[in-house]
Amino acid sequence: MTAMTDTALQAAPTHAARGYWATVGRRIVRDKVSMACAFILLLILFGALFAPWLGLADPYQGSMIRRLRHIGTPNYPLGTDELGRDMLARLIYGGRLSLLIGILPVILAFVIGTSLGLVAGYVGGKINTAIMRTVDIFYAFPSVLLAIAISGALGAGIVNSIVSLTIVFVPQITRVAESVTTGVRNADFVEAARASGADAFTIMRVHMLGNVLGTIFVYATGLISVSMILAAGLSFLGLGTKPPEPEWGLMLNTLRTAIYVNPWVAALPGAMIFAVSICFNLLSDGMRSAMDIRN
Amino acid sequence: MTEIIEPIDKLEPLPDIGGEAQPLLRVDGLTKHFPVRGGLFAKSKTVRAVDNVTFAIAKGETVGIVGESGCGKSTTARLLMHLMERNSGDIIYDGRTVGRELSLRELRRGMQMVFQDSYASLNPRLTIEESIAFGPKVHGMAENASRALARELLGKVGLRPENFANRYPHEISGGQRQRVNIARALALSPRLVILDEAVSALDKSVEAQVLNLLVDLKREFGLTYLFISHDLNVVRYISDRVLVMYLGEVVELGPVDDVWDAPAHPYTRALLAAMPSSDPDNRTMVPPITGDPPNPIDPPSGCRFHTRCPFVEAVCSGESPKLTDVVAPGHQVACYMFIPGSGHSKAPPTGAVVP
Repeated sequence: MTAMTDTALQAAPTHAARGYWATVGRRIVRDKVSMACAFILLLILFGALFAPWLGLADPYQGSMIRRLRHIGTPNYPLGTDELGRDMLARLIYGGRLSLLIGILPVILAFVIGTSLGLVAGYVGGKINTAIMRTVDIFYAFPSVLLAIAISGALGAGIVNSIVSLTIVFVPQITRVAESVTTGVRNADFVEAARASGADAFTIMRVHMLGNVLGTIFVYATGLISVSMILAAGLSFLGLGTKPPEPEWGLMLNTLRTAIYVNPWVAALPGAMIFAVSICFNLLSDGMRSAMDIRN
Repeated sequence: MTEIIEPIDKLEPLPDIGGEAQPLLRVDGLTKHFPVRGGLFAKSKTVRAVDNVTFAIAKGETVGIVGESGCGKSTTARLLMHLMERNSGDIIYDGRTVGRELSLRELRRGMQMVFQDSYASLNPRLTIEESIAFGPKVHGMAENASRALARELLGKVGLRPENFANRYPHEISGGQRQRVNIARALALSPRLVILDEAVSALDKSVEAQVLNLLVDLKREFGLTYLFISHDLNVVRYISDRVLVMYLGEVVELGPVDDVWDAPAHPYTRALLAAMPSSDPDNRTMVPPITGDPPNPIDPPSGCRFHTRCPFVEAVCSGESPKLTDVVAPGHQVACYMFIPGSGHSKAPPTGAVVP
């Protein structure tokens, strides 16, 4: 018996064990679509961060005689806008604001929503009811309408756009966080942790967070594209960025008047929003499957 | 964890207070009723999951709890671990009543539990070593000391620490995982370990290995077990005494050999008769009992088994029968057929000496 036990138990492979996130990382690196998306996003991010040092034309400098040049015009590879400003420079500089108001509200909402959802899901009872019913009130409004209403009430501006978008996303993330937490809360390993005498905070930190964060993170990544589109919408309505700041949503708005004159140039900011959105979406899909390491 | 405690290097087991004569655990009138909300106009009802359960576990013995699913075995385990609130009843650990003389935190060091589902009871994001070291850290053990303890315990449960310490639960087999769960339960140096269907989900060959491991560990650490299972053969193998539960109540309890050789309660007889035998001549031809157990939401009055009992008489549906000594010392049964002068035709006359 003992001899058999020993061989059976010690025959286990001895390769160096890899951490969970290291395994996920390896799997996502192998995924070509995710890698292509990550590459495009990094390129746009790099351009936005280092725009002043890329030798681009001044994105604010217009010229009445060079308005609405076509794509491929010498010196203006992507043409010029309705005020004669270089489109290439404006698209690259535009990434600064557009990415900021696309990503920052999601990060803020991720932190707030995860905390709320974790507490609601773990503590349950009256606290759950209080948090989740409040969240439901916000949920009752379509997100575009809610964003416009809050932005309108707070007044136009970048900071107010970020605040209003954060308020729009907190309920959504809270709801996802709450449902994932409720699922994990009744798992035997949480019971075992309670049986070992750990307090609620320690259990949430050690046992819950690691198991719920992944799902919420994937969901939040998907929200970045929504955030970018909503932010563009706010700018389009004049509630977000103000001219002459380069920002994709605002550019789409001002170029609208030129759509019959030069449709390709007018569509460029939209193409950027589309590219970034789809890349974030595909990346979150890739992460979702990479994180499911059991298959 | 909120107060700053100086990290310690070793967790001492809770002290032995009453000596051999005092039971390690006494459970007195343990009751758990779950409210079931009715519809808008329906009356709310209660499920009597565990009803007035009383028993004691002596130091160093293994007590088995058997019964069909839904009889309250696992609820009893969870109530003892204080993973759910009980409605009433006292839990007395080595002479100290939990909640009065003994804090919940201390109790958790003195009593640990191994769950049935070996996979669900390990955090998939933590390595095996981290899972085992978690409990000791919660009780103030230093990081290094708790990791060293985890590795030492892995060795004790037959898993080489250098192969297993840094692995994740999904990378090892079910039997190995259950060994990890046992190590995790032992990490707080408990004197009592509750094994809730701990080997039921394992293959027969692995189950035998883990059972032998449990026997070895019990000897090495001087443990006391409460062994919950629906597998009667396993319970007979490992237990000294056995407790038979039916619909939230204890119907019979006694030394395992006495209960197996001379089951007194009709339910115990039926349960044992339902055990498959490897001898073709002993095959069960007639079902020992028929029908499903009644709904615990609305348990039958009197003896809860009277709706399925072949010996049912008028007295059985009146009051609930009390546990009474029968046959041998320490062998108790809750059945009117064994209560002298109860009014049941098979009951011994008043004052009769029980054979």
